[in-house]
Amino acid sequence: MKYALLLYSATGAWAEASEQEQAAIMAEHEKFTALLVERGALVGGEALHGPEQGVTLRRSGGDALRTDGPFAETVEHLGGFYIVEAADLDAAIELARACPEEIVEVRPVVESSG
Amino acid sequence: MNPLERAYRDHWARLLAILTAELRDLDAAEESLQDAFASAVSAWPPLPDNPPAWLLTAARNRAADRRRRNAVAARKLPLLIVDESEQPSDDRLSLIFTCCHPALSMEVRVALTLRCVGGLGTRQIARLFMVSETTMQARITRAKKKISQAGIPYRVPAGPELAARRDGVLAVLYLIFTEGYAAAEGERLIRDEPAAEAIALARMLAGLMPDDDEVAALLALMLLHHARRDARVDAEGRLVTLAEQDRSRWHRDEIREALAIMRPGPPGAYLLQAAIAAEHATAARAEDTDWPAIAQLYALLEALTGSAVVRLNRAVAVAEARGPERGLQLLEGLEERLPRHHLLPAARAELLRRLGRLEEAAAEYTRALALVGTVPEREFLQARRAEL
Repeated sequence: MKYALLLYSATGAWAEASEQEQAAIMAEHEKFTALLVERGALVGGEALHGPEQGVTLRRSGGDALRTDGPFAETVEHLGGFYIVEAADLDAAIELARACPEEIVEVRPVVESSG
Repeated sequence: MNPLERAYRDHWARLLAILTAELRDLDAAEESLQDAFASAVSAWPPLPDNPPAWLLTAARNRAADRRRRNAVAARKLPLLIVDESEQPSDDRLSLIFTCCHPALSMEVRVALTLRCVGGLGTRQIARLFMVSETTMQARITRAKKKISQAGIPYRVPAGPELAARRDGVLAVLYLIFTEGYAAAEGERLIRDEPAAEAIALARMLAGLMPDDDEVAALLALMLLHHARRDARVDAEGRLVTLAEQDRSRWHRDEIREALAIMRPGPPGAYLLQAAIAAEHATAARAEDTDWPAIAQLYALLEALTGSAVVRLNRAVAVAEARGPERGLQLLEGLEERLPRHHLLPAARAELLRRLGRLEEAAAEYTRALALVGTVPEREFLQARRAEL
């Protein structure tokens, strides 16, 4: 099965980190990626820019689209994700445990039946 | 109990576990097995030579019929992931660990365990937890869907994971057990049914994991508490405290069984609680209670769990063993950790009363009355305050 590991971090945590700290975090993720590759579990993944660089589209009735800026009150935001291949939820959880982030949400990917 | 009821009680979990592994579909397994029991209603008697084998064959046939009928329709849910590499000695263990998987919410684990392992009907489970049958049915349906879609495996965890997952299973059983005592509302203060179901489940688990000391300890703990059921409430339905209970109404055979199950070992949380319950259960009269031993056990339990509630209980035991002054000292600073717990001011009030510090005691009773939830406890506290 495929699972998404969704990584949440405190808003601003990356921006406020020193260069050394950022390098250390990157190194941790490279190590984690290497582990996934070694297990044949890596399907994909990306790091995301912070929500302040993004925009949210919200369909509010009819076909009018409203765009929202960053939410200042959001404490945690989606900072990136991995897509992994795992035999079952327990195996996916084991991978998520090795992931160097405070909050990792494990979500099964919908398999297209086609 | 007629042969069919007996077969249901004795074989439901085992048959469901086998069918689930074969069909890789918890829902289909459950429906087929239910159908098999339904057809036994008209087919028995004559009683088959081997009732569980008869039921298993009937359920397999039902499942095959069902599959043929639904062959055209696309499957809505993915198949259960069954670990075929290591066959457990009994499929029921896989069933139990799947129903108690930490990815499921606690209320869902409880419902699913009672349904699949305990074999209780949805209506019965709904009644135990005082929710509507529709609510409970929806909860169970959601749970089965999640097991399938999230890829929760049908397997007994191995290695270092086993201990943590076993604790999760024990927590589910203990929660079912305490449901009957936790009643904050309802007509009766104590309901025996959840406890009896939990004991049946713990008995099954103890049989399946015979070398596990904590499983045995949980069963012993439940038996020791449950053995006092008839003495807990008086004729008017009021709670009777442990010290005031008529000990001749305790079920001695159950206490003996519990004591025989308990094995000394590295003390786990349930073994320590069972040991405390055993001290109470074996005291001939309330005044014979070995409070120093109980205080010592609570100290170990507090060190193990770090729980503030355990600290509160320990303080009460220490007060009995070494005087109210020592008990009060242990209660100091607990407000922050138990801000809404009426038992904390109630315990403090009791100790202050014994020390003759009546004004302080009255203030603590008032504080406890502001926090207390159930009517019998409120009446108890009011009476105590009036006595001062």
